[in-house]
Amino acid sequence: MNLHEFQARALLKRAGIPVPDADVAETPAAAERIAKKIGGPVVVKAQVHAGGRGKAGGVKLAKNAAEARERAQQIIGMTIKGLRVNQVLIAPAADIASESYVGIIVDRASQRAVLMVSPAGGVDIEEVAATTPERIFRLAIDPRYGLLPHQAMAMAFRLYRGVEQARQAATIMRQLYDAFWSAGASLVEINPLITTPGGQVVALDAKLVVDDNELERRPEIAALRDTTAEAPDEVRARDAGLTYIKLDGNVGCCVNGAGLAMATMDLVKYYGGEPANFLDIGGSSNPQKVVTALQIITADSNVKSILFNIFGGITRCDDVANGIVTATKQLELGRPLVIRLTGTNEQLAVKILKDAGFSALTDMDDAVRRAVELAREAA
Amino acid sequence: MSIFINRQTKLVVQGITGRDGSFHARQMLEYGTAVVAGVTPGRGGQTFEGKVPVFDTMADAVAATGANASVIYVPSRFAADAVYEAADAGIPLIVCITEGLPVLDMTRVMPYVRERGARLIGPNCPGLISPGDSKVGIIPGQICLPGRIGVVSRSGTLTYEVIHQLTCHGMGQSTCVGIGGDPIIGTNFIDCLAGFQADAATDAIVMIGEIGGTDEQNAARYIAEHVRKPVVGFIAGQTAPPGRRMGHAGAIISGSSGTAAEKMEALKAAGVAVMQRPADVVPLLTERVGRA
Repeated sequence: MNLHEFQARALLKRAGIPVPDADVAETPAAAERIAKKIGGPVVVKAQVHAGGRGKAGGVKLAKNAAEARERAQQIIGMTIKGLRVNQVLIAPAADIASESYVGIIVDRASQRAVLMVSPAGGVDIEEVAATTPERIFRLAIDPRYGLLPHQAMAMAFRLYRGVEQARQAATIMRQLYDAFWSAGASLVEINPLITTPGGQVVALDAKLVVDDNELERRPEIAALRDTTAEAPDEVRARDAGLTYIKLDGNVGCCVNGAGLAMATMDLVKYYGGEPANFLDIGGSSNPQKVVTALQIITADSNVKSILFNIFGGITRCDDVANGIVTATKQLELGRPLVIRLTGTNEQLAVKILKDAGFSALTDMDDAVRRAVELAREAA
Repeated sequence: MSIFINRQTKLVVQGITGRDGSFHARQMLEYGTAVVAGVTPGRGGQTFEGKVPVFDTMADAVAATGANASVIYVPSRFAADAVYEAADAGIPLIVCITEGLPVLDMTRVMPYVRERGARLIGPNCPGLISPGDSKVGIIPGQICLPGRIGVVSRSGTLTYEVIHQLTCHGMGQSTCVGIGGDPIIGTNFIDCLAGFQADAATDAIVMIGEIGGTDEQNAARYIAEHVRKPVVGFIAGQTAPPGRRMGHAGAIISGSSGTAAEKMEALKAAGVAVMQRPADVVPLLTERVGRA
């Protein structure tokens, strides 16, 4: 789960990290009030779950409160990477003497949290990694002892020559590690971490991604989810226990299991089609899930054919068949349906479908090829 | 012969009285797995299905039965502790079926398990099966056939699809291992490849990877240097968009790294026959090991 910048800033601040006072506004008038309270020039930043906000015109400088209102007017309501901006953050525009990058990620290879720092701050760290990887320094942290003071200090000296700034940065790194654990994060970033002309080290931006598996035991973090900032069909799918990701093609896919769902999309492409979505109905045998899945797929007007690919293991084919029959009674599909079922209770499923006037295939390739053909004919 | 599990495997089911645990314990018993004990705190002294003793703790279960493997079906909030408990009880093979373990918990679980000399498979995996001998987990027994192909996969139902293709064409399996779709897992491709290379009863290996991380690239390097048996590979997620988590917590292309294309390239460079689609598995294997 992604947090908004203003939410991440609050968590960092609570961990003791110096973060300039800022506030969020949902209207231009509120933006003006906040800017007036801050005084002087401010930055108006779109709060949206998408990278590259600056490039998309979602981050703008304002000399005064009146200008902050204008900027907010421009940014609120704009769309960045398909997501509507509902809120802007109003933060003081800082004087910057130097910029660097500090982040913590869970590293799959070392199976540990890894602290990453770079003196190349203020730019996309992926870009730094691609062009000047020697400017990124990493340290795998032993989860039993945490980030030790001397380790943080050594990393801080990668960023600062002066011991005063290094000490401040080392403290921030240790506070960041605490914030990372207490939020159940999979990623936290300060980019940039700046030095002011007065020599203070301050976090000017914050990004925090929470591991979805942490939400059950961290209700206070789960409560930060902003469903208005996510794609509505994906929110609806998640509420129903499905995983759905919309794509640009016209073959709607409904599959049990993430790996098979990906392989099905790939096979659609292999046979010359384009998948309209990734959809995993999961391992359970709840017919209602199938109904919701079909509602979500049919709501996408690009979809020209619908493909079910079910390999029954724990999932019982007859439950999926019942779900399909129930769903088609409740809603008008408006496109051809291709069903492939094999595995647990396959015979029973085929009978249920046949009685309701559907036919079912047992071979994955045959089903995908058929669904691609039907989509092409309808397009 | 097989890897990790065989007829000598004596299994404890952690969470045997739960909904999933009891269902799959029954399936494993029917398959012929030696399920020697179950553990559910507070249910010690009971008997499951009239034949499997239930204990309050793993230590009790191991002391009474000499179990040498465990499988975990407890809810995600108890799963990390179940792994710790199995490792403390001296279990050498721990299979965690449960999904939803926080990845930070796994950063602590892994060194703990390693220091006690145990192997963890999973979490968030379907487990493993040595057809005809033993089944630990949830892979449907009826789709498998005893034979000489080793299968290792990050997926669940996609693995079943591939096993099904093999079985339909008479190509039996020595062992099928589902290693799980999470970012941090106890047993990776290399562990399984090393096992299959050393297993006299395995002639060829099928590995099924997916987008995200670099495990397949590392496996490719290992294959080039150490694996002499034919390997056939598949990577799911060629059409997955970057930056999106495709169901599995670990299935995500970060920036431009972890794509299907780079993994397929790495496997090809290591001499692996790469499938374009699951149905290619039989023809590619037939070319390399002959008819079943």
